[in-house]
Amino acid sequence: MARDVLLGLEGISKTYPGVKANDGVSFSIGAGEVHALLGENGAGKSTLVKMIYGLVKPDEGRMTLRGQPYAPPEPRAARAAGVAMVFQHFSLFDALNVAENVALGMDNPPPMRALEGRIREVSEGYGLPLDPARLVGDLSAGERQRVEIIRCLLQDPKLLIMDEPTSVLTPQEVDILFGTLRQLAAEGTSILYISHKLEEIKALCDEATILRRGKVVGTCTPREKSAREMAEMMVGATLNVPKRAGKEPGPVALKVQELSVASPSAFGTSLKGVNFEVRQGEVLGIGGVAGNGQDELLLALSGELRTPRDTVQIHGRGIGDSGPNDRRRDGICAAPEERLGHAAAPDMSLTENALLSGAVRRGLTKRGFIDWARTRDFAEDVVRTFDVRTPGIGTAARALSGGNLQKFVLGREIMQEPEVIVVNQPTWGVDAAAAAFIRQALLNRAEAGAAVVVISQDIDEIMEIADRFAALNEGRLSEPVPTQGLTIDQIGLMLGGAHGMHQAEVSHVHA
Amino acid sequence: MDFYGINPAVLIASLMVASVPIMLAAIGELVVEKAGVLNLGVEGMMIMGAVCGFITAVHTGSPWAGFLGGAAGAMAISLIFALLTQVFLANQVATGLAMTLFGLGLSSLMGQGYNGIKPPAMADVPLGPLEDIPFIGRAFLSHDAMVYVSILIVAGVWAVLKYSRVGLILRAVGENHDAAHALGYKVRRIRVLAILFGAAMAGLGGAYVSLVRVPQWTDGITAGAGWIALAIVVFASWKPWRVLIGAYLFGGITVLQLNLQAAGARIPVEYLSMSPYLITILVLVIMSSGKGRAGLNAPAALGQNFHASR
Amino acid sequence: MFTLEKRPTPSKAWAWGTPFLAVALTMVAGGLLFAALGKDPFAVVRTIFWDPLFGEFARYLRGQLLVKAAPLTLIAVGLALGFRAGIWNIGAEGQYIIGAITGAAIGLAVYPTESRWIFPLMILGGAFGGWVWAMIPALLRTKFNTNEILVSLMLVYVAETILSKAATGFLRNPEGMGFPGSRSFSSYAAAGNPELIAGTGLHWGVVAALIAVIWAYVLLQRHLLGYQIKLAGQAPRAARFAGVSADRLVMLCMGMSGALAGLAGLFEVTGPAGQISIDFNVGYGFTAIIVAFLGRLNPFGILLAALLMALTYVGGEMAATNLGLPSSAIRVFQGMLLFFLLAVDLLSNYRIRLAGAAREVR
Repeated sequence: MARDVLLGLEGISKTYPGVKANDGVSFSIGAGEVHALLGENGAGKSTLVKMIYGLVKPDEGRMTLRGQPYAPPEPRAARAAGVAMVFQHFSLFDALNVAENVALGMDNPPPMRALEGRIREVSEGYGLPLDPARLVGDLSAGERQRVEIIRCLLQDPKLLIMDEPTSVLTPQEVDILFGTLRQLAAEGTSILYISHKLEEIKALCDEATILRRGKVVGTCTPREKSAREMAEMMVGATLNVPKRAGKEPGPVALKVQELSVASPSAFGTSLKGVNFEVRQGEVLGIGGVAGNGQDELLLALSGELRTPRDTVQIHGRGIGDSGPNDRRRDGICAAPEERLGHAAAPDMSLTENALLSGAVRRGLTKRGFIDWARTRDFAEDVVRTFDVRTPGIGTAARALSGGNLQKFVLGREIMQEPEVIVVNQPTWGVDAAAAAFIRQALLNRAEAGAAVVVISQDIDEIMEIADRFAALNEGRLSEPVPTQGLTIDQIGLMLGGAHGMHQAEVSHVHA
Repeated sequence: MDFYGINPAVLIASLMVASVPIMLAAIGELVVEKAGVLNLGVEGMMIMGAVCGFITAVHTGSPWAGFLGGAAGAMAISLIFALLTQVFLANQVATGLAMTLFGLGLSSLMGQGYNGIKPPAMADVPLGPLEDIPFIGRAFLSHDAMVYVSILIVAGVWAVLKYSRVGLILRAVGENHDAAHALGYKVRRIRVLAILFGAAMAGLGGAYVSLVRVPQWTDGITAGAGWIALAIVVFASWKPWRVLIGAYLFGGITVLQLNLQAAGARIPVEYLSMSPYLITILVLVIMSSGKGRAGLNAPAALGQNFHASR
Repeated sequence: MFTLEKRPTPSKAWAWGTPFLAVALTMVAGGLLFAALGKDPFAVVRTIFWDPLFGEFARYLRGQLLVKAAPLTLIAVGLALGFRAGIWNIGAEGQYIIGAITGAAIGLAVYPTESRWIFPLMILGGAFGGWVWAMIPALLRTKFNTNEILVSLMLVYVAETILSKAATGFLRNPEGMGFPGSRSFSSYAAAGNPELIAGTGLHWGVVAALIAVIWAYVLLQRHLLGYQIKLAGQAPRAARFAGVSADRLVMLCMGMSGALAGLAGLFEVTGPAGQISIDFNVGYGFTAIIVAFLGRLNPFGILLAALLMALTYVGGEMAATNLGLPSSAIRVFQGMLLFFLLAVDLLSNYRIRLAGAAREVR
């Protein structure tokens, strides 16, 4: 079937110092087609779409839009040509309201009053209701994404680029989004859908282009392939599924009761009466959509936020009012989500970063003075044991790739042999091999008798390694349930369903 | 109703004059900070404005030319700040301090030979019979044009920030420069323009000190007014009309303490002359202790440098 | 134009090289400035940078270098600790003044008692005075989250007012026939800070400055507190994760820098200045900010930077008397130095790529 090509790419290459982000990438997107761009983190998907959107200029190759040469010098030109993009991060302004955020994404916005009317009209037409006057910082992750989508739809795009749109949504919200996207495709809008989630791509996309290390390694029709086949094309190797020991858990190691704490950030989520227990040798998975109190929970467990003594207990002893180092002494280690700037200091060497959290349990200081020799040994140890690829321990943390730095951070905590370990998003933005390694290391730690708490937005990850699952929703934690036999629908409901998103009557509104 | 022999109408009149420099400098800095740039060089820009304005006015014989010269002088020095922070990504706090130190030195160098000269006088705006209205005429309606211009500028900044597209983009850049960049806005260019606007305002304020308020040239003539302007921006929680209130408040304190000194009040002179600074501290404490309220208004990207990566 | 590219690891070579590059650039730009003022730029630069070290009066002037460098070093070492932690004490000038006043007041209170305990007590008093003055912004920041930059600076103006009150009021020399200014410490042996070896400029303040440099170096390199200071400045959230209390750090850093500035004031008032006078402070507290950055916030770097800055003071005075260079020109020169330093600092964290060409500055 000869299809009507909307966007064509031929031999697109882009080199950054030390890395070829894209290498001779060619593919095309048909009109009204939902096209998947599939690849691991670091495969070059983001660079590629930034070129299509005019944020980055390709070094080589050419693009065509409806047969005409297309080389947008800036996003404005891309938008004028009918290309719109929904970003995964970095494109909303918390302190501005919905209408202002939408106006900023348009080149010739109508007056505010009229714009507010259009936002209501279009958002309800596509089943994504939004109040134009609300402050964006107060919205849930799903609602924030709606702001981005509406911003694009108001400009009547021919091609809509969506960068990992479902990473912040509950399964029910994903269904609603897919409904909207199918409606758009039916109206003739092409969609370039970027993801590494195979089931979603099978459900939604007509065609798929698979990238690995900046090159196109295959194209396929997702409905005709199995998820496993696509995964192997994406990763280029067969994956090891982590092994679980399946031992009986021991006595309760970590107990959290009636933990309530205000968020330290202006638009954060406060925790409200969180209760759970984790036994020795057990892995508790805490799921939830971004921004539902995950950061706050980690802070409250690591000791960066303090609470009344008995709200956090280790082996029955209250430690809620003690700071991070006292808790390390008592056996809790934690690894926050943000690697650079929170778990590690970007400009400091790995040795200095080893000292950051390892000083107490590894005895790296004596009467306030630092034992640099022991600290170096510890850093070397972590690098060796966790296979951290680095020129040396004198390298600055920011020079490491995401996966290697995450291995270092996790390794630093695990090698302190904590009795309780809490991690937030342990494999976020990490390539598949490193992710498998990290998950295995966490399971090994549990097998060695530690209580493990894994906070993650990746449901697959939790299903893979957790014994029990609980969902965090607007700062409240559900009752933990065993992961065995849990269905995706049940998980979705636990995660808070569709966040009050009504599946409004979908009428055909031309934006 | 005089107290200590101070006439309230005269007090209000001099309050309005005294507040002009800090009002101008503060409204300029507000715009700069709204764009996400923390420019601690206000004092340096003001004193450059004061000396350049003075020299220009003396040579042209026109106070208006003096104000233009003052604005130009401050903008010239602020270009260094813009270059260092926006292109060379230097630390904004340190660069602002450097500009103040540099400005104080340079103004003193440029001002040599201008000590003891009287600048051309600035005429009051003729408002005819309105000036004869009892009390109001004396207090509010017999001033030079800059008093009214400065109020108009505050109103203009308020309107632009609240209602215009330019204002929206400026606020967006100050709120989240990565997002603004992703949408295709020229973060660096917008910030440089904001810095230049802030400098022009500080320069006008400085020129007002040397041309109207004092009026003559001496080293260090701005005496910390630039720092007080910075404090007023915090006091105002980044809201233009509150800058006006803040400036009148501080202008009032300054005038009152001077009047009390002149009237020979029994409070020791030292306590009076340190009072504007102590009250600034007090106000800063009150504004910042109201947990989060003022903080929520502060532009989220304030003081952070922007470097477009990949 | 050019584009910037962040280095994966900060360049060690440039970290050391930038101060020298900045000095060189400042000499060029300064030369242009001096030429614009109608002076022979080479003569001026030689007078400032060469003559005090190797010229006709070098024997005397070298001593003056120590006298000027000592307070700058003391203050800048303290400031650098705070700057590293992201705590901006820019009111060292005020802490310097208050330290001088409290220290001097102790000595003057017991005049004319002679005891060898008086001077040590005055030193403690000086440090204490500076510490108290710095504690005000520190407390306001930790308790009320008030901006320490503005508060510490406002307190400079307050301190100056107190100084004028001291010189004309409570510390005025009762035998001074009504002139402002306190008794002279040079004629009060128990409270004086004379040259330890005649003609060298070496006084107790110089000794204290050297001790402070070594102490700060050890603190930053070997001690956990020094590590925490660096961590808090580079990555505040990581510091919290490491268990560093931000409030405690503010109090410690402000306190240490205040005490050091107070010490500098005390040594100055009892030695080179000789008495409390209205214009006793000459801006060391502000110049020390330049010194701290020029020394790259490294204690030994600061020592070198303070000597260089002292050279511009001493040489600047020479240029003023011999060549008629306006004294404010030297302040412009110092300001330029800081500008250039901030500009070239870029090189240690970024690579510069010239557009279109493959050339790059490494």
